[in-house]
Amino acid sequence: MTSTVDTPADTPKAATPSGLVAVARAPGWVRYALLALGLAAAAWLPNGLYPAVAVDILCWALFAVAVDLLLGFTGLMSFGHAAFWGTSAYVTGLVAIHAGLPFPLAVLAGALAAAVLAVPIGYLAVKRTGIYFAMVTLAFAQMVYYVANEWRSVTQGENGLQGVPRELFGWDLTDDYYFYYAILPIVLLGLAAAWRIVHSPFGRVLVGIRDNPARARALGYPVHRYKLTAFVLSGFIAGLGGGLFAVGHRFVSLDVLHWTTSGKAVIVVVLGGIGTLWGGVLGAGIVVRLEDWLSFSGFEAIGLVTGGIFVLVVVLFRRGIWGSASALARRLAARRR
Amino acid sequence: MTGQALLSARGLTRDFRGFRAVDEVDLDVAPESVHALVGPNGAGKTTLFNLLTGFLRPSGGRIELAGRDVTGLPPEQVARLGVARSFQITSLFPQLSAREHVALALQSSSGLGWRFWRSAKLMGRYTERADELLAMVGLSELAEAPSESLAYGRKRALELAIALALDPKVLLLDEPTAGMGLEDVDRTVELISRVRQGRTVVMVEHNMSVVGRLADTVTVLQAGKVLVEGPYEQVRADERVITAYLGAADAAH
Repeated sequence: MTSTVDTPADTPKAATPSGLVAVARAPGWVRYALLALGLAAAAWLPNGLYPAVAVDILCWALFAVAVDLLLGFTGLMSFGHAAFWGTSAYVTGLVAIHAGLPFPLAVLAGALAAAVLAVPIGYLAVKRTGIYFAMVTLAFAQMVYYVANEWRSVTQGENGLQGVPRELFGWDLTDDYYFYYAILPIVLLGLAAAWRIVHSPFGRVLVGIRDNPARARALGYPVHRYKLTAFVLSGFIAGLGGGLFAVGHRFVSLDVLHWTTSGKAVIVVVLGGIGTLWGGVLGAGIVVRLEDWLSFSGFEAIGLVTGGIFVLVVVLFRRGIWGSASALARRLAARRR
Repeated sequence: MTGQALLSARGLTRDFRGFRAVDEVDLDVAPESVHALVGPNGAGKTTLFNLLTGFLRPSGGRIELAGRDVTGLPPEQVARLGVARSFQITSLFPQLSAREHVALALQSSSGLGWRFWRSAKLMGRYTERADELLAMVGLSELAEAPSESLAYGRKRALELAIALALDPKVLLLDEPTAGMGLEDVDRTVELISRVRQGRTVVMVEHNMSVVGRLADTVTVLQAGKVLVEGPYEQVRADERVITAYLGAADAAH
């Protein structure tokens, strides 16, 4: 028997692969060109924007990629990622102030603290899915917020941690322009790590779990443990961003743990494109730049504009900016063939 | 009989909010046999399947696999111990290709799935074996196609290839010919009779001609209980079965 169970029409119909699959299947030169373009943009950024804004974009890019790792590649929408971003910001700030370590080590300590915090939260959260997962993560993030608010002896409460140093072997990094280039390698490492995770055997299992958890279990994959591992990795990357954010601002306020910070991270990812990884980077650039521009021009209701854009993107470009652009590129390429 | 059964259940029971879907079922599946579970809708066949594969926890009773107690283990552990299942409603990963499906199944018994710091290209080590399995179910030409683009019958064949990739001791097939036209049914029967060599198969099946052609032993369930068990011809001739199940169809002619 050579032929088998079949009904007609096997022609691969117009499947709608995610942005990731699309990029992975794009020709090699396209991928290298995109990479070169991205690196060039990253190298140029503080020359075209206020360096402080460029620093914020880098931090938020890491945060968004961390959220997308869960939302886009594991199928889990965390609405409490400020817990990891903010915890790392505080730990980084405290380590930098009290231990006087070079800032990359302080950031590493912060990110590790975030990852450790992600273990119990993730353990309890991954047993739920969908809206319940989002609610559990939100609830834990609120708990962390209140702890930070009450624990004034350590966090200084509403006053925030003041004077986080930018120590790096005695170099003068007070200028945001130079600080940007000091953190760029760390950010690129974090982004590369996220890329590697998504394109690893582990990443394949995650996508399988996202698309069909029951089938993944029937294949012998312990779904909860995979989700927990993804959650902890995501917490670590979000922590890298939060730690750099603390050093970047030389100040940590309770805002880093506020639920609106979690919400903003989700918005950035949706705007850029869920499950596209680089869409989050793009979304971070747009949102941070826009917010800065609006506040600089004295506009009061910033949320109104970003919210309006968010609604437009969700309604008109469901796949986000990156997802829609890659879909368009694919369609053009198909037409030329 | 218990001593030589590969998969056995004793007093297996499952309640859903006061409704007993599976009621004190005893089952013995002999090694290298094809064992069919039949019965009218609502007889508890799929619930029994879900109990045997860990997708549901039993309310009572015991399940043994090759003499080992596997009662209440989660599905991934049951799968690792060698019980592979297919699903009644085709259950695949829409964006993965046929080959990636089989590779993912082959990978599950190794630790590779945890290597988040390695390249997914390492999964290429499974390509050869995956292609063998795809050839076995006749999907060689469609190895690269995303599964959502496959026709229904091909998806069922892919389900079988994935289950075989786990190199299972017991293969549980939930209605392998459900929703198929006559031609596809014939091909599926041929396929199962080929892959059953040296394997133990438990299948839920509505189509009695399929059961007759494949099964060594038939267990008839009714209202969650075992009504009759035995070879197909014997079961088919049993008065109780005719009244309870086959009777309805026979009486119509």
